[in-house]
Amino acid sequence: MEIKINDMILAIVTLDETLIRGGGCPVFIAANEEQQQKIGLYLSKILGGVVHDLENGVFLICGH
Amino acid sequence: MQEYLIVLLAATTAGFLNRIILLRRDYRQYPTYPHGQLTHLALGFIAASLGAVAVVAIAKPDYVAVTFLVLAAQEFREIRNMERESLGKLEENKLISRGTDYIEGIARVFEARNYLVIFTSLVTGAVVQIFSWPYAFIAAPLMIMVSLQFMSGKVIGDIAEIQEAKLSFSGTMLKIEDVVVSNVGLPEVREKILREGMGVLIKPKDDDARITLDSPGQRQAIIHDAVAILGTKVDVNEPEYMPMARKQIDQGYIAVYIIANEPDIEFLIEVIKRVPVIESSKGTALKAYYGRKAAD
Repeated sequence: MEIKINDMILAIVTLDETLIRGGGCPVFIAANEEQQQKIGLYLSKILGGVVHDLENGVFLICGH
Repeated sequence: MQEYLIVLLAATTAGFLNRIILLRRDYRQYPTYPHGQLTHLALGFIAASLGAVAVVAIAKPDYVAVTFLVLAAQEFREIRNMERESLGKLEENKLISRGTDYIEGIARVFEARNYLVIFTSLVTGAVVQIFSWPYAFIAAPLMIMVSLQFMSGKVIGDIAEIQEAKLSFSGTMLKIEDVVVSNVGLPEVREKILREGMGVLIKPKDDDARITLDSPGQRQAIIHDAVAILGTKVDVNEPEYMPMARKQIDQGYIAVYIIANEPDIEFLIEVIKRVPVIESSKGTALKAYYGRKAAD
């Protein structure tokens, strides 16, 4: 049986690192929105997760 | 021997015929595999001959044989386990799973069909034994009709109204009419969802239907059947287009969204109408006294 990571934040892509505290998952800092979307897309493909937008410049890549 | 031969023949034929008719290869694509069908036909034949032999054993009379036949009938319980196990195993590698409720429902149906086959051949055999063989032509079709009646459960179309719904985004939140479904982060994914996504609302007709649709197992069955027929754009690394069914918590209706390979909303509605109501999810609130009281 394949073991998957479910319902967990796999990665964070942010424009503003001060919005994030704590650990447990890698945080990627993007220079602008375009780059953020690109990193988000890549990470979602690599990790098999879904990109969510908190609408404050923070993207989460979550496994569902 | 000669007199029993006609009973055996008539009863076994009636039972086996019943199994063939009940084993429809239907639009839900199950059982699709010739081997699976053969297994069920073989078991159906065994069930039919069990019912036929029972009549002869009683008529003879040979009660020891009857006892053994009852023991043999126990074997058919294994069919449920067999179906459950094989469907459960297949589930692990499916993009959109059936869900355990649906599997359990299918497994039970497969078991029940064999009992109907035994019953059909038993009744047909008894009729031939008591009256004469031409009566088999009356008893067998009658029993087959009764079996079909037994096996035709309700479908979603019976318990709910299904209508087209509009997909929209408020910010990054995907909404189907007024039901919030999920958060979609990437703008291109949002555009694709708006362009190709289809949404429907499933509005329950009464309180029983509402409870049925509440069950996540029932919703998974709806999604599975929709995807099995219309296809999906979900892939192993594309979970963003995962179809979803969410409840409008205040009104109790269900909003379903799917990005299908065949974007035909009218067929999506027809497919959902034909999804079976799962036995274990069926709501029975209106059958209870306080349920009826609370409903008004």
